[in-house]
Amino acid sequence: MSIEKNEEFRPKIVAFCCNWCSYAGADLAGSSRMSYSADVKIIRVPCSCRVNPMFILRAFERGADGVIMCGCHPGDCHYTSGNFYARRRMTLLFSMLDYIGVESGRTRVEWVSAAEGAKFSQTMHEFVDKITSLGKNVRLEDLRCRNL
Amino acid sequence: MQRIGVFVCHCGTNIAATVDVKKVVEMAQHEPGVVHAEDYAYMCSEAGQELIHKAIKEKKLTGLVVCSCSPRMHETTFRNAAEKAGLNPYMVEIANIREHCSWIHKDIGEATEKAVILMRAAIAKVNLDAPLKPGESKVTKRALVIGGGIAGIQTALDIAEAGYPVDIVEKTPSIGGRMSQLDKTFPTLDCSSCILTPKMGEVNAHPLINIYTYSEVESVAGFVGDFTVEIRKKARSVDMDKCTGCGLCQEKCPSKKSLSEFNRGLSTRSAIYTPFAQAVPNVPVIDREACIKFKTGKCGICSKVCQAGAIDYDQTDEIVTEKYGAIVVATGFDMIKLDKYDEYAYSQSKDVITSLELERIMNAAGPTGGHLERLSDGKDPKEIVFIQCVGSRCADDRGKSYCSKICCMYTAKHAMLIRDKYPDTNVTVFYIDVRTPGKNFDEFYRRAVEDYGVNYIKGQVGKVIPQPNGKLLVQGADLLDSKQILKEADMVVLAAAIEPNPDVRKIATMLTASIDTNNFLTEAHAKLRPVESPTAGIFLSGVCQGPKDIPETVSQAGAAAVKAIGLLAKDKLLTNPCTAHSDELMCNGCSQCANVCPYGAITYEDREVNDHGIRERRRIAVVNDALCQGCGACTVTCPSGAMDLQGFSNRQILAEVDAICR
Amino acid sequence: MKTEKNRAELIKEISGVNPLKCMKCGKCSASCPSYNEMDIKPHQFVSYVINEDIESLVNSKSLWKCLSCFACVERCPRDVKPGKLIDAARQIVVRERDNTYLSPDEVPELLDPETPQQLLVSAFRRYRR
Repeated sequence: MSIEKNEEFRPKIVAFCCNWCSYAGADLAGSSRMSYSADVKIIRVPCSCRVNPMFILRAFERGADGVIMCGCHPGDCHYTSGNFYARRRMTLLFSMLDYIGVESGRTRVEWVSAAEGAKFSQTMHEFVDKITSLGKNVRLEDLRCRNL
Repeated sequence: MQRIGVFVCHCGTNIAATVDVKKVVEMAQHEPGVVHAEDYAYMCSEAGQELIHKAIKEKKLTGLVVCSCSPRMHETTFRNAAEKAGLNPYMVEIANIREHCSWIHKDIGEATEKAVILMRAAIAKVNLDAPLKPGESKVTKRALVIGGGIAGIQTALDIAEAGYPVDIVEKTPSIGGRMSQLDKTFPTLDCSSCILTPKMGEVNAHPLINIYTYSEVESVAGFVGDFTVEIRKKARSVDMDKCTGCGLCQEKCPSKKSLSEFNRGLSTRSAIYTPFAQAVPNVPVIDREACIKFKTGKCGICSKVCQAGAIDYDQTDEIVTEKYGAIVVATGFDMIKLDKYDEYAYSQSKDVITSLELERIMNAAGPTGGHLERLSDGKDPKEIVFIQCVGSRCADDRGKSYCSKICCMYTAKHAMLIRDKYPDTNVTVFYIDVRTPGKNFDEFYRRAVEDYGVNYIKGQVGKVIPQPNGKLLVQGADLLDSKQILKEADMVVLAAAIEPNPDVRKIATMLTASIDTNNFLTEAHAKLRPVESPTAGIFLSGVCQGPKDIPETVSQAGAAAVKAIGLLAKDKLLTNPCTAHSDELMCNGCSQCANVCPYGAITYEDREVNDHGIRERRRIAVVNDALCQGCGACTVTCPSGAMDLQGFSNRQILAEVDAICR
Repeated sequence: MKTEKNRAELIKEISGVNPLKCMKCGKCSASCPSYNEMDIKPHQFVSYVINEDIESLVNSKSLWKCLSCFACVERCPRDVKPGKLIDAARQIVVRERDNTYLSPDEVPELLDPETPQQLLVSAFRRYRR
């Protein structure tokens, strides 16, 4: 394991935010000046159901250390049911991430409404802390093979 | 390859103070496709837009990246600017370097680095942008107002006056809402029903207004300009057309033990009832839970006495389906329940009441005929204590975090009215702060103190202890005098916090309108779009959006009406062109996309396709642009990857991911 | 000797209270059964912690007059809990006394009617084990 002692670890974190709730929540965190780490970069999608598991895998493939997806609270989706699909897809994807060598802590789903700037900021704090403690993402491998 | 122009906004110092904009411009030059990059103090200003215009013309730009505030703020501004210069408006992408960068980071190096990455992602996306053309959809020229209180009444009147038909849906048997329960109104002390009743009559008589009382919204489908709403007209058991409103049935009804909702449970009513004398419509309903006929099958007195033959025990709920172009929510408020405030003995003593209950007691049509008396023994109270902020401004889970806004003023009103009518009754108000912003409001409060001798004491009350002699011992503190106070009172009035009507959450879900943790509906912009929901075509009127008094509610109701009229006045709306499309060569017609589409926008057709020289007929998914709202659920569901969303295509989002992880 | 700043921080840490949440409603003082015995009133505890004047707080009569009935803790609408602040101030006094502790066996001998009851409760809490 290579440890670069002198250089502080700065994780690369991709956040997918739905346009109607979470992106607006992130905007509110901004206009309320509720700071969180600059390591988080937000990608705007119309709805959490637009997030293809492929996008998340691609992020890990390209060196992301963590991926978080935020959507409207269940029942409050702007498109009525989009976040339900997203929730099911992510549950399925996350259950397989260990298999491809990504610790499950590197992904997270959080429901943030347009009025929850504080929650957005808090969530990002927690997630960045979590990823920082997990350290740099390793190359994709099957964790179950390690014990063989 | 696109020819991209990058424009970096300083936003005064909002961005420039934490992001090195020159550095962002410099970094932009190295990005693929970028042929022009510059920064300016205020990109959204006339001069800033002129810069964009000039650059598009001179450098023949095919795509724009604006690094500025949130796209929720100025995306439309920049799209319009692009369109004016002859560029397709959907060739514009915004890198949000204010809300998501400069406002939340302090370190210039860190913030600049992030701004550059956000800009790169936007450039990567614009590189794959394609020109889009919005479609058109029709506007149904009819509005729905949910809630028949003063907010709903005013909105409906204003919309109808502009010439558009309006339906009001009211849950209770009569319109009028909270305002009809009030006795007098601040700051002029005019009688509430004297100013409300004419408006109720006006609504009732207006040829363009249709009122559904004792009805609820059952379901909402569709979108701005074209909502389809199902309204449940609950069984009234009285024929609206036949009833003359004579009131004989209510007089003769033998079941008179039900608590009157209108009098806040302080008096009783018959099983067949109108909530109050001036009810609109003046047609009673039968409370089937209380009616002897419905409970035992024997009675039917109301039917016998009704000369118009209006009583109909067999009536059932009816569902009405109607189309609307705009929906205004005016669901109003209620007082919070006080069961978590045991220290104020609300449930232990009849003489501890809420302000709304006092309002009924003071009202001539109320349970005591307008005579102020203790509900326990009917005696005149000589010592009355008002407690402010009960459940408002709380950090714990017992109350609400917000200030209920109206309590300071109505308490001053109550105190003044009591001192005026019963000069030998002492009135003490325990307050935390007296908040009186509003025209003539502070003067009103000062009159209570100076002219009417109301005793204001700074300090929240700790406990109210009912005494064996029937009095109430109030334990408080005068913080300014540093004294603890033990005061015997005959009556204690609690200014309970107000909360949005509990039904509003259900309605918000149906409308997909966003709602905050306190159950207030969220406005599209806190300052600039205060009466619109972020969901297009939904407007907010009255306390459902936040605590407000009657003058403010009426102003907001008018504002909501104007917004609705502005929408209804249009013949056509431009639809969002970011819709889904299927690739006919990849689609295998499996129907999975149609199953997840919330709008039923996907159908299938047999079409002849040319697959690499082989011509054959295949079942292909077809998206109806007018119905598709662009959520993207189908794109992820599609097993063959045939579905893609314009404006947020797979390739574009992947390019953004790549740019961020680079 | 710790600085006043440190002691104020320590009070916040022990009590778990953020004094800045106080809106100065005075419900604590209104609820307090020992109000008349106190020189610093319950609603004032908060400002002593905010102003980092812990010396006055630990030397006040209020420190030992508080019964720890927690009426203020129960009723505070802002989660500020003045009773916990004063409890923390007492803890500071006890901690700063260092090794001059009593052993539990000595306590009965020292009992006299003048001993503040709170001191005994505090002592028992501390030496229970």
